[in-house]
Amino acid sequence: MNRVISARLAPVLGLFFTTAVAAQGSVTSNAFNPAISLILDGRFASFENEAEGYELPGFMLGGEAGLGAEGFSVGHSELVFSANIDDQYYGQFTAAIADHGGETEVELEEAFIQTLGLGAGVTVKAGRFFSGIGYLNEQHMHAWDFADAPLVYRGLFGDQLRDDGVQLRWLAPTDVFLELGAEALRGERFPAGGAANDGKGGFAAFAKLGGDLGESHSWRLGLSHWRADVEDREAGGHDHGHGHDEEHASFSGDSAVSGVDFVWKWAPNGNANARSFKFQAEYFLRDEEGDVTVVAHGATDEGRYDGTQTGWYAQAVYQFMPRWRVGVRYDALDVDNDVDDAHVAEHAGLDAEGHTPERWSAMVDFANSEYSRLRLQFNRDESSADADNQVLLQYTMSLGAHGAHPF
Amino acid sequence: MKRRMLGMVLGLCALPAQAAVNVFACEPEWAALVTELGGEQVSVYAATTARQDPHHIEARPSLIAKLRRADMLVCTGAELEAGWLPVLLRQSGNSRVQPGRPGHFMAAEQVERLEVPAVADRALGDLHMDGNPHVHTDPRRLLRIAEALGERLAAVDGANGDHYRARLGEFRARWQQAMAQWQRKAAPLRGVRVVSHHQDWVYLYDWLGLVEAARLEPKPGIPPSAAHLSSLTATLKDQPARMVLRTPFQDVRPAEWLATRTGMQVVVLPYTVGGSAAAGDLFALFDETVARLLEAAP
Repeated sequence: MNRVISARLAPVLGLFFTTAVAAQGSVTSNAFNPAISLILDGRFASFENEAEGYELPGFMLGGEAGLGAEGFSVGHSELVFSANIDDQYYGQFTAAIADHGGETEVELEEAFIQTLGLGAGVTVKAGRFFSGIGYLNEQHMHAWDFADAPLVYRGLFGDQLRDDGVQLRWLAPTDVFLELGAEALRGERFPAGGAANDGKGGFAAFAKLGGDLGESHSWRLGLSHWRADVEDREAGGHDHGHGHDEEHASFSGDSAVSGVDFVWKWAPNGNANARSFKFQAEYFLRDEEGDVTVVAHGATDEGRYDGTQTGWYAQAVYQFMPRWRVGVRYDALDVDNDVDDAHVAEHAGLDAEGHTPERWSAMVDFANSEYSRLRLQFNRDESSADADNQVLLQYTMSLGAHGAHPF
Repeated sequence: MKRRMLGMVLGLCALPAQAAVNVFACEPEWAALVTELGGEQVSVYAATTARQDPHHIEARPSLIAKLRRADMLVCTGAELEAGWLPVLLRQSGNSRVQPGRPGHFMAAEQVERLEVPAVADRALGDLHMDGNPHVHTDPRRLLRIAEALGERLAAVDGANGDHYRARLGEFRARWQQAMAQWQRKAAPLRGVRVVSHHQDWVYLYDWLGLVEAARLEPKPGIPPSAAHLSSLTATLKDQPARMVLRTPFQDVRPAEWLATRTGMQVVVLPYTVGGSAAAGDLFALFDETVARLLEAAP
């Protein structure tokens, strides 16, 4: 009996710890090796509509936009390496491994260096990184509170805006958090394209303001702007569901996105162990002007396009007891596209078809520890006139180094 | 014009002697220690309160803004702040407080740590590979940290080095005297069996000779489960413990649940400065801790 008790109590009493004590001096958890973490993401998805036929009328979709695979699938597995390079620089590398069309692809998701030692509130980042615009954009997908991107991110950014380039941030020396940032970007990835202006095709700027209200509340408000000269941006085009495989559309011209984002977090006395609440909302407006080329049925057609697309979402997530959270989200988009050729508009997916996309989502998730999460999500998706009920069951787990999450 | 420039330069040179050193302290115990050692020469901001769990803090915009202007960072280290401090450091744009700089002070690095895991396996819970970080609950270790911190303050603010050394000497004398009193009073606590919520008090037990009979968390960082608590009632029936200890920021229910079933007393210790109405500074923190333990002692 005594042996049974002691075996059961062993982990409680810390018998897995050595009795030795750490030597005095520097604390290094893994010597000079970078911190390595691996994110495992898998899901089961059930849709009423065909996932391949997904469309957002009025938007030329690109990037990662889409529903993903139906049934069982693994999502993005991410391998992250990060470390301070020396006293002046920090570096991070993220590889995403995912299946696209039955083939496993390794994608360089992030590879950047960042200064630590410039002082005066200035930080420079260079390489490939998620743009600082908006609120969700800079976060990794696995840190999102829902299993899929807001419709406005899906429609405008192909889920997330990232590019190669350089970013400059300045933090004001004030008690209120005020940060200004600007980015010069290559402009090759959706929603830019073609790396115009000799590989300096994109530009972004943002301002963020934030602070606390007492011990329990904190908030951040952001304004952002992104623009690019776009050359031959490829888009999936419009799917009629009867297989025009050779049909595709491309856009050349100017594209500009402006947005405002807001997040508010609450935890009693700032202690989120038992209960917490988070509200966030973002609004974006995109202006595009240029030429659209459609290749369909072996013929090439061109049209002049001048369009405005807007979209927003708001979501609230409540942690009602340790480890358990529930959330709701509402998405809406609006399109005002002017294309001088109806045939081009239809085949490029720019015809809004008199529909305003919207979506309701609800989720519940359970985190056994900081490193694992299971999530069940339901969407009533009215992206197109053909409404869809979607159920997503997802796990997101992280192995290795303890990640630090931004606000 | 030239004279005005010269005046400005002289003014700037004179500044360090007058302006307070801006210190960003991650936890209230270090804010209190910096105040003891720095006095009017320092201006301290405590990033967390006694009602917050230093493991789980949001990297809030207000904290980034505060760290941006700090001359010095004083934190626990040993991965206690691993979930939020790295974000603050990277976003602060402040070179003075980055690792390796004199303005970057980690308290746990200054002392010997207990519970260094022999095996790095998260199946055993949220382990800190550098050992248990809650070092401030042992006043002997706290004194060693004070000595290192006093020297560090003198290095960061060289113009006032003598000021910090004098205050350190004074603090050391008062602390050693207080420690002798606490130890004398706490003698009856030696060998008393206690249950803790998390591994918060390992260093306090090491100092006072309390014996940890069990923990409410099945694994470090994993919240107490019903299954684990009922297994504890069984084991504690065979080998009873006197009291169950928790911090002000931990869930009330698991401790209460277990206490009502096993006849233990729940003792809420202040854990850090500000953790109770009386625990206004480091001396009061230990006065209060020892007093509350003695109230529940046999």
